[in-house]
This record gives sequence, C-alpha cells and structure tokens, in this order.
Amino acid sequence: MDFSLPAEVEDFRAEVRTFLAEHVTAEVIERAHATGTFHDWGLHRKIAAKGWLAAGWPEEYGGQGRSPLEMNALSEEMYLSGAPVDGVGVAGLVAHTLLLAGTDWQKRTIVPRILSGDAMCCLGYSEPDAGSDVAACATRAVRDGDEWVVDGQKMFTTLAHEAHYVFLLTRTNLDVPKHKGLTMFVVPMDTAGIEVTPVHTVGGERTNITFYTDVRVEDRYRVGEVDGGWAVMMTALVFERNSAWYGECVRLLDHAVAWAGEGRDDRGRRIIDDPSVRERLARASIGNEVSNLLGWKAAWMASEGTLPGVEGTMAKLFTTEHYQRAADDLIDLCGPEGLRRHGEDGAAADGWIEAAYRHCQVTTIYGGTSEICRGIIAERGLGLPRAR
Amino acid sequence: MDLRRTEVQEAVRDGVGRFLAKASSPERVRAAEPLGWDRAVWDGLAAMAVPAMGVSSELGGQGAVLADLAVVAGEAGAHLAPAPVVEAMVAARLLAGHPDVGGEWLGHLVDGTGPVTIALRPPREGRLTLVPGGAVADAVVALDGDELVIVAAATDADRVAPANLASAPLADIDLGQGAWDRRIVLAVGGRANRAMAAALDEWRSLTAAWLVGLARAAFGIGVRYVKDRHQFGVPIGSFQAVQHRLADLATTLDGAELLADKAVWALDQGDEASSLPAMALSFCGETAQHVTSAALHLHGGYGFMEEYDIQLYFRRAKAARLVLGDPRRELRHLADRLFGPVEG
Ligand SMILES: Cc1cc2nc3c(=O)[nH]c(=O)nc-3n(C[C@H](O)[C@H](O)[C@H](O)COP(=O)(O)OP(=O)(O)OC[C@H]3O[C@@H](n4cnc5c(N)ncnc54)[C@H](O)[C@@H]3O)c2cc1C
Repeated sequence: MDFSLPAEVEDFRAEVRTFLAEHVTAEVIERAHATGTFHDWGLHRKIAAKGWLAAGWPEEYGGQGRSPLEMNALSEEMYLSGAPVDGVGVAGLVAHTLLLAGTDWQKRTIVPRILSGDAMCCLGYSEPDAGSDVAACATRAVRDGDEWVVDGQKMFTTLAHEAHYVFLLTRTNLDVPKHKGLTMFVVPMDTAGIEVTPVHTVGGERTNITFYTDVRVEDRYRVGEVDGGWAVMMTALVFERNSAWYGECVRLLDHAVAWAGEGRDDRGRRIIDDPSVRERLARASIGNEVSNLLGWKAAWMASEGTLPGVEGTMAKLFTTEHYQRAADDLIDLCGPEGLRRHGEDGAAADGWIEAAYRHCQVTTIYGGTSEICRGIIAERGLGLPRAR
Repeated sequence: MDLRRTEVQEAVRDGVGRFLAKASSPERVRAAEPLGWDRAVWDGLAAMAVPAMGVSSELGGQGAVLADLAVVAGEAGAHLAPAPVVEAMVAARLLAGHPDVGGEWLGHLVDGTGPVTIALRPPREGRLTLVPGGAVADAVVALDGDELVIVAAATDADRVAPANLASAPLADIDLGQGAWDRRIVLAVGGRANRAMAAALDEWRSLTAAWLVGLARAAFGIGVRYVKDRHQFGVPIGSFQAVQHRLADLATTLDGAELLADKAVWALDQGDEASSLPAMALSFCGETAQHVTSAALHLHGGYGFMEEYDIQLYFRRAKAARLVLGDPRRELRHLADRLFGPVEG
C-alpha cells in the first residue's frame, strides 16, 4: 500500500494552493459570510479561466484530462482555503451532465458559457413534497408543439438568484411508476414565469424557493429522453461527491487549536493544556483523518476505474456526522465565549466555531440525508434486504 | 497512492488465514480458555516463521516490513488466535535493534522456541502488571527506570495469570524475584527510552490491525445473522433500525482499516514522530468495541449465551486496547504528539 500521492497530483495541488492563497482573500471570505451566498463571481471566473471547471474532462472536450486523484486534490484545496465555491461544484455538475447526456446544440451553446464562467447554474430537484423522495417530483411539464409548459414550485433552489440556468426536474407522465415519468430540462432563468424568493437559514447561507407559472420552454432545452429524467439524475449524482465537508472540518479544528493555544484560563494557564480540552481536540483530529482517508479511498477507486457509489456515500456520511460531533465538542470547549458571533468583541476564534456549529447541521441533510446514505450502504454495500 | 496489498501480503494472508481457520477455530479458541494459549497455534505460526518475520535476514528473519506484519496481525485478530502474536513480533524487532546483547533471545524467536513479549507499562515497585502474553512468555522486555531490559522466566511459579475479561494470557510479574532475576540490559538512557517508544508505536499499529481483523470477522457474523434470523415473518436485517446501525459500523470499520493501514505505512516510511499509531489504536479500539457490542446485541438473547461465538469477539475487543491504559489517557498522549507537550 502507498498513501502518498503521485508527484503530478502533489504538483497540481501546490499550483491550486498558490492560486487560492492569492485569490481567496479575507474580503472574499467575509463577503460570502455576510451575504450567505457561497459564490463569488470574481473568484468563479478566475477559476474558470484556469480551466478548472472542466479539469476532469478529456482534453478533446476542452478539459485538462485530470485524474480523479487530481480532482480530489482540487476540491480539497478549495474547501481547505475557505473559498465560496458552491457555484463551482454546481456548474461542473451541470456542464458534465450535459456533456454526457445533452444534445449537440446544448454542448455548443450552453456548455461553453458555463465553462467560461460567463453563466452559472442552480439545481431544481427538491420540492415541498419531494425531498429525499426526489422522484415524487410534481412540477409539471406539458408538451405544446415544440414547447413545454412548466408549472410548479421548487424548494431550496440554492444560487437561483445568481444563476442563468436551472437544471429542472419535471413530471411529464402521470400514467407510469414515479421514476419513469420524469424529464430533465436546463431552463434559462430569464424565461418568463420564473420567480425567485429568498429563504434564509440557520447556517446563514441563503437559498430560495423558485416558482414556475406557465413557463414556456423550447424543446431544445430538454436534457435526455422524454420520461428519461431519472437516468439523467443518476448521471449527475456521480459528480456530486466532493471533499467540502472535510475541508470545513479541518478549518473548524484549526480555529479551535489556535484559540486554545492562545487563550488563558483564570489561573493563567493555556487553555490547550487542560486535559479535557486536549482530549476533545485529539478526538476531532482522529475524525478528520478518517474523513480524509474515506474520501481519498473513493477517489482512488475512481482512479482505478471503479464507481465508488457505496464508498463515496460512506465518506459523506462519516464526514458530516463527525463534523457535527466535532462542532458540538469544540464550541463547548470555548465556554460561553463560544456563543459570540463573528465580528463581536471577545468572540472565541473570531466566531468561526459558532458559525460552523450552525452551518454543519445542514450537511447531514442535503446531498442525501444521513438516513438515505445509511440505506444505500445497507442495501448496496451489505446486501441487506430492502428496508421495511 | 495504492490501496491494494502486495502479492506477497495476499499470500501471507492466505497462508496464515488458512492455518488459523483450522488451528484457531472457535472450538479451539474455547478450548484454550481461560489462559488464552494454544501451543499448537504458536508452533504452527513459528513454522511459518511468523515471530521473527519482521527482522532482517542477516539476523535470521524474513526482512518483512510492518505492513506485512499487519496482515498477520489482522488474521490473528480475525481468528482470535490464542498466542501473543503481535507482542512476539514487536519484541523480535526490538531485540534486533540490540543484537549483541539481545541475540540469544532473538534466536529464541527466530527458532520459534516460545514467545517473548513486551511490557507496555514500566514496573511499579518492581512489579509488572497485566503484561500481554506475560502468562506464557519465556521472557519479557521492559523499560525499568532508565534501562531497557529483558528478563527471563525459568518456571511458571513466579507469575500470576489472573482470570480476565478477554481470557487473554495476561500476567503480573515480580521482577528481580526468583526466576525473573535473570536480566540482560539491552540499552540505557535515551537509547532505551527511544527504543521502547518506537516499539510501543509498532505495538499500537499492529494491535490496531489486529482489532480491525477481529472487528471485520465479528461484523461478518452479525451481518450473516441478521440475514438469517426471522421475526415478524421477515429477516431482522430488513428493519431500518438494524440496517442503519450496521451501515454506520460498516463505515467506521472501513475508516478504521484505512487508518491502521496508514499507521503501519507511516512507520515503514520511517516517520517516527507520526501521530498515526496513536490515532489508529484509539479509533480501531473504539470501533472494535462498537462493532462487537452491536453484533452481540443484534443476536438478541442468543448473543448473550456463551454458546454463540460473538461473545468471544466481544470480550477480546475491549481488552486489547485497555491493557495499555485508559483510552482517554491515550488521547492525551496523542494530543502531546499533535499539539506539543503541556507547558510548565
Ligand atoms: C441549505 C440547503 C440547500 C439546499 N440546496 C438544494 C439545491 O440547490 N437544490 C435542490 O434541489 N435541493 C436543495 N436542498 C434540498 C435538500 O436536498 C433536501 O432538503 C434533502 O434532500 C431532504 O429533503 P427534505 O428537506 O424534503 O426532507 P425529508 O425528505 O422530508 O426528510 C425529513 C427527515 O426524514 C428522514 N427520511 C426521509 N426519508 C427517509 C427514509 N426513507 N428512511 C429514513 N428516514 C427518512 C430524512 O433523513 C430527514 O431526517 C437544499 C437544502 C438545504 C437545507
């Protein structure tokens, strides 16, 4: 076994790190924190200009042919830097799915706009009554000549207020089992009849409700077959895994270690010298290491040509559950000063632990809740019978 | 990056695994209780040159790296082998660092005559307590004050092997008394301390691998059971509460395995300051405890019966880590590695 990364991956990582150190300024981080929008046009376009939105694609399609290991290093470095790159992930996901399942017209017109950083996307899957059961989607698309008429409502359409396209899952057939009556579209956000309403969250991040009323969509914006939307979803899911949460866990622990190393208790002793503080920091360090290893295992399997469905799910499940335990432990060890928010005088670790404590709650909910992840592992990984 | 085992490692796993599947079957493991010692298991492993496998060929070993030894440790854990395999492998490498004075005892392990073990904690008032393998070893390496020593046992009369949770061959040993006064000093001062610290990290990493082997085997038993056992007309493995617990454990188990593998890899790379061995022992110990107690629980009342094998795993999982000390103290040891020592 060899846990070291090949030289070309380390070189690429170093290049990414240097780039991020220059462009992910304190100002960029502060702005994302203040607005709750984890997308920054300036940074997004610089990343696009580096060709990193499609870094993992074959060179013949305009990519850089980077391996799954390099892609994991890229994603890891981005999140370790604290960069607001949620938009980078969504743009890459949509563009990649269009590359595999889209029409020639979409590949010629939409994909280049996304890759250049000119246009951004958002994901319109979830609905009021279709969350984990995303195939219960009820937003209707009805054919009318060369157009479709879309009516419905999507919940949690994050980045919709910045995006140019929504990757929209719709119901096109009511007479078949639910998975078989779905169709995917990539709809321009400036189409008449789309309305975006902000939703504010405990974690401070902004998301949206999007409403679709008599929205007329040309058929050329359809992705994949009519009633073949589920297959497009499955293609897209493969690109959804990344190391976001590992990076966030590392930043959380770094803040706690730095704060505990500088702070003093009433008797003038360093806080980090308190045995119970040391135990909690050590425990969080172990969880971070395990999260990292599970993520790299999935990336390594992908680099060997295996689809790491179960392993990627394990990495997501473990890392996000660990993230919550760690945030809970680490805000405690700050004592009452841990309650002060970012920007307040005397806030422990400048309030970043308090912010992580709120934000981490969502990580076990989106991208497949922990329960959905466990179901996948139990059925596909362990071969247990379908759950009752 | 490569997470495959080498061909040699696969061959070692296969050879040791096949042997232990017979020689250390659950019936044999039970027969070896309460002492936790089966001479035939030791002899078989010795015939495969296991005890001194990690020693250079000039000194009579196989020149195996720790990653190879971890494969043996994993199989020993999976089959609950009643012999101090990890301790003997670690002792052999420790002795190989001092061949001029330790050569005789190293020869003992090379020949497979009998186990030599290491004391994980220094003696207090001349007494070593709960030495793993101590009940059956012919000699024990210990850090006594500033001296790294090996002391020999002439008879079994001078040690006490208490009945214990794991039915492990643990013993309390009075140094400098009767048979245990034949001592050889291997090293003194900084050299002695460094040698013991390095041996302890090897022990941590290999014990982590042993625990992962044990936990995987116990997990397999648990998963098979929930597929077979029916209640309410369906396999109990179709209940979501059961599935989710197992899914969490499958995940931590994968993480534990990676961590144990990375720990031996780090030591094989010569990274003596690595914090990975302490992380691995901590996490693999906790994981093995969780896995075995869940697997026992999912057997219902049958898991609580001596007759079912799962209890054999459950009892051993806890002890392997606890012999070193309170796991929370071990976390503080890890903190020293990660964040530097406590000030003042
Ligand atoms: C900040 C934020 C951003 C988001 N961004 C997007 C986005 O950009 N685009 C998008 O489409 N969606 C987005 N989502 C939606 C997200 O994907 C859903 O919230 C998620 O899929 C869960 O769906 P739900 O909220 O309807 O919860 P539900 O599915 O109603 O789940 C409620 C609870 O029931 C449990 N549960 C559900 N089914 C099962 C089961 N079979 N077995 C056991 N337990 C079960 C869940 O685990 C959960 O704990 C976002 C959500 C948030 C909070």
